Amino acid sequence: MPADFNWAIGGEAGDGIDSTGKIFAQALSRAGRHVFTSKDFASRIRGGYTAYKVRTSTEKVRSVVDRLDVLVALTPRTIEENLDELHEGSVIIYDGERTTMADVEIPEEMIGLDVPLKSLAEDAGGAIMRNVVALGAACEATSFDIEHLDSSLKKRFGDKGSALVENNKQAARLGQEYVQEHYPDADLDYDLETTDNDYVLLNGDEAIGMGAIAAGCKYYAGYPITPATDVMTYLKGRIENFGGHVVQAEDELAAINLALGAARAGARSMTATSGPGIDLMTETFGLVATSETPLVIADVMRSGPSTGMPTKQEQGDLNMMLYGGHGEIPRFVLAPTTVDECFWKTVEAFNLAEKYQTPVYLAADLAMAVTEQTFEPDAFDMDAVEIDRGKVVDEETIEDHQTESGGFKPHEITDDGVSPRAFPGTEGGAHMSTGLEHDEQGRRTEDTEMRVKQVDKRNRKVETAREREDFSPREFGDPDADNLIVTWGSNEGTLVEALEYLEADSVDVRILSVPYLFPRPDLTEEFEAADQVVVVECNATGQFADVVEHDTLQRVKRINKYDGVQFKADELADDIRETLAADESQEVEA
Amino acid sequence: MSSQVRFTDFKSDKQPTWCPGCGDFGTMNGMMKALAETGNDPDNTFVVAGIGCSGKIGTYMHSYAIHGVHGRALPVGAGVKMANPDLEVMVAGGDGDGYSIGAGHFVHAVRRNVDMSYVVMDNRIYGLTKGQASPTSREDFETSTTPEGPQQPPVNPLALALASGATFIAQSFSSDALRHQEIVQKAIEHDGFGFVNVFSPCVTFNDVDTYDYFRDSLVDLQETDYDPTDRDAAKEKVLDADKEYMGVLYQDEESVPYEDTHGLDSNMSQIDHEGAPEGAMDLVREFY
Ligand SMILES: Cc1ncc(C[n+]2csc(CCOP(=O)(O)OP(=O)(O)O)c2C)c(N)n1
Ligand code: SF4
Repeated sequence: MPADFNWAIGGEAGDGIDSTGKIFAQALSRAGRHVFTSKDFASRIRGGYTAYKVRTSTEKVRSVVDRLDVLVALTPRTIEENLDELHEGSVIIYDGERTTMADVEIPEEMIGLDVPLKSLAEDAGGAIMRNVVALGAACEATSFDIEHLDSSLKKRFGDKGSALVENNKQAARLGQEYVQEHYPDADLDYDLETTDNDYVLLNGDEAIGMGAIAAGCKYYAGYPITPATDVMTYLKGRIENFGGHVVQAEDELAAINLALGAARAGARSMTATSGPGIDLMTETFGLVATSETPLVIADVMRSGPSTGMPTKQEQGDLNMMLYGGHGEIPRFVLAPTTVDECFWKTVEAFNLAEKYQTPVYLAADLAMAVTEQTFEPDAFDMDAVEIDRGKVVDEETIEDHQTESGGFKPHEITDDGVSPRAFPGTEGGAHMSTGLEHDEQGRRTEDTEMRVKQVDKRNRKVETAREREDFSPREFGDPDADNLIVTWGSNEGTLVEALEYLEADSVDVRILSVPYLFPRPDLTEEFEAADQVVVVECNATGQFADVVEHDTLQRVKRINKYDGVQFKADELADDIRETLAADESQEVEA
Repeated sequence: MSSQVRFTDFKSDKQPTWCPGCGDFGTMNGMMKALAETGNDPDNTFVVAGIGCSGKIGTYMHSYAIHGVHGRALPVGAGVKMANPDLEVMVAGGDGDGYSIGAGHFVHAVRRNVDMSYVVMDNRIYGLTKGQASPTSREDFETSTTPEGPQQPPVNPLALALASGATFIAQSFSSDALRHQEIVQKAIEHDGFGFVNVFSPCVTFNDVDTYDYFRDSLVDLQETDYDPTDRDAAKEKVLDADKEYMGVLYQDEESVPYEDTHGLDSNMSQIDHEGAPEGAMDLVREFY
């Protein structure tokens, strides 16, 4: 049996698809299996359809694949939608007593398990446990020890009382026994092996929230928007235990301004949103940068433009993060590449923001934000977190940064471009911050010399950061390969898996995954060493490809996906193979 | 420092560039005096300014301050106060800044009831952009962009505040120095969002809502038997189309500020750990 196993539950929005999927994913994780989940939570044809998919293996899994071994179908549409992923021997669990499911036809080469989910759930104490009955049936179909499910049910329902947990366990048992009794001869030879490993299971938004708390973030202001909302949901109820606070603002304009206020007061402060919210925040973004305020802004990207496809994947906001805002503004743009990197890049974002007194964009995306993945707990080793607050002055050191008449210089012209910072309340530090061009004391000026000095000072921070920080890309594949594949953000995992397909085909590639989009690594040498360079990204125009072409003065090939769905490993391997083989003469000559 | 603070300590060394006679001079003096009088000093005061002639106030005052983007001063002020409740936070701006581009934030700042004061310099015109209609301009007030007048009723900021659940609503007049200072002082002392609409005449672009007009028309509630804690009486006053009032129109003496309802009492600028906070690994274990 394949070590790599794929399972899904699908139905209508409101059927409890998400929580059921999560319970199973957690059971697998607790059984020491790696898990990678994905969600189909919007309609391809008409409204309502939603599915939660779980890929699991004893090995690390990094992406989704086009195959389903077991499908719990709560509606006929669920089968329709997934037909091309089902294969000979796939198991479909459904409730033939449900009116809409009465006439479904299970494709001949597949195994249909008709389980009266609702009535068994009622026997266990309530129809609402229908999905849990299905989970029990799924355990039986996969020889997966139902006790792992119990522990997941306990985690899920434990604080609602032990009776509820017991009822759910019972519901699962009824599903399991029903399959045992009624399908004794079915050819159910899936066998989900377990291990002793301890994994944690979380998604990118949660990892961002956790990273914020680890980094000492105390203030979060946001306005709900898919797929960034989970950051706020995660922080609410947790950050308070660490002396912090979450505010749901009236809109994104308020959110970033609240966060700015808290940051000016000296708190590590952040907001998170998605494209439309970034649009609204852009004016204040300029103020944040000009007033040299440390602030972390996560853009969990989704399909644009405008309201686009709110529940679909895209990496279309890169240009906005790199260039958004009037005038010229120094900034950092970091792009986590995996769920665990969402944690580490958030920690780093706070340090960079305070060390350089600039806004920092965290460029996350939907595919990573809503995807749950298993990790060894020390992927989030809190002992490795470091906090660097940069040049903060206190009552003793402030004198070095005052004018002769005692005025504090929050925008002091320095060699590294970074000025001293005084938190409000610091004696002798009272000063003005403004979006207007200003002198060293923060007072408005239109003096041409001072204007140039301040612009240069702010831009100098970028040079300083290039010298002091390590902006290296993450590297995979064969370092000596002639073909170079470059990507950013959440495509990394898929690419790493695509590598296996390519290697099997003797296509050697070197992969660079770039988590620093500004300032970014200089890839000129790597590009020159390669015969062909292909840039892979989830947008239509190749925004990152444009940027690296500009940096390296070299044309690259492009693989772009913008149908709203993230790359799949096998699909991407095919694309790469074709792109590398494509007739050179068709390429645009520089 | 606070023991010997004088109001001039709140003055910056920048000379105001307001037109001679502008109401904003008086408004600012009253604010500085009120701050000093209530025991604050520049190092524990945070002033957030809007955009407009009125918003320049932050530049002419000396304290921790930020001069933000047009219309967004209120959320900045709320963020400052939540992150460090020890600071005295005062937000200031114009009628365009507060009731036009920033109207949404006004409603929500009122609801939020953060313990800070909000002083709006209401000159019923856009001064800085040179004389266009503002949301408080009269229906027939002719300006360069509204030659026949806006032909829309003006926003009633006091009523808007009351309807949004304000716990402190006051109105003052910049040239009545003593009353203005007193009223701002009451706003500072109020436990919650202290809102003061100040008539602060624009001598350059508004020849209707002048010093003389306000001097003649304003009724000082202090000289009547008005009870500002009576919400029904406040309703009547803020909706009175025939008269303009000066003084505290409404104060909820039971007001509990946001910081108290949300348990905010620490200064969030301080981080006492060099790595992740103690207990952070529990956050990871939660995901088992
Ligand atoms: C987003 C944005 N739009 C427009 C402006 C231009 N602007 C500056 S001040 C102002 C109006 C100010 O009016 P008000 O708040 O009444 O202040 P006053 O100047 O009368 O004191 C406008 C429209 C701006 N700075 N930002
Ligand atoms: S234009 Fe009007 S509001 Fe602006 S400074 Fe002059 S008088 Fe004051």
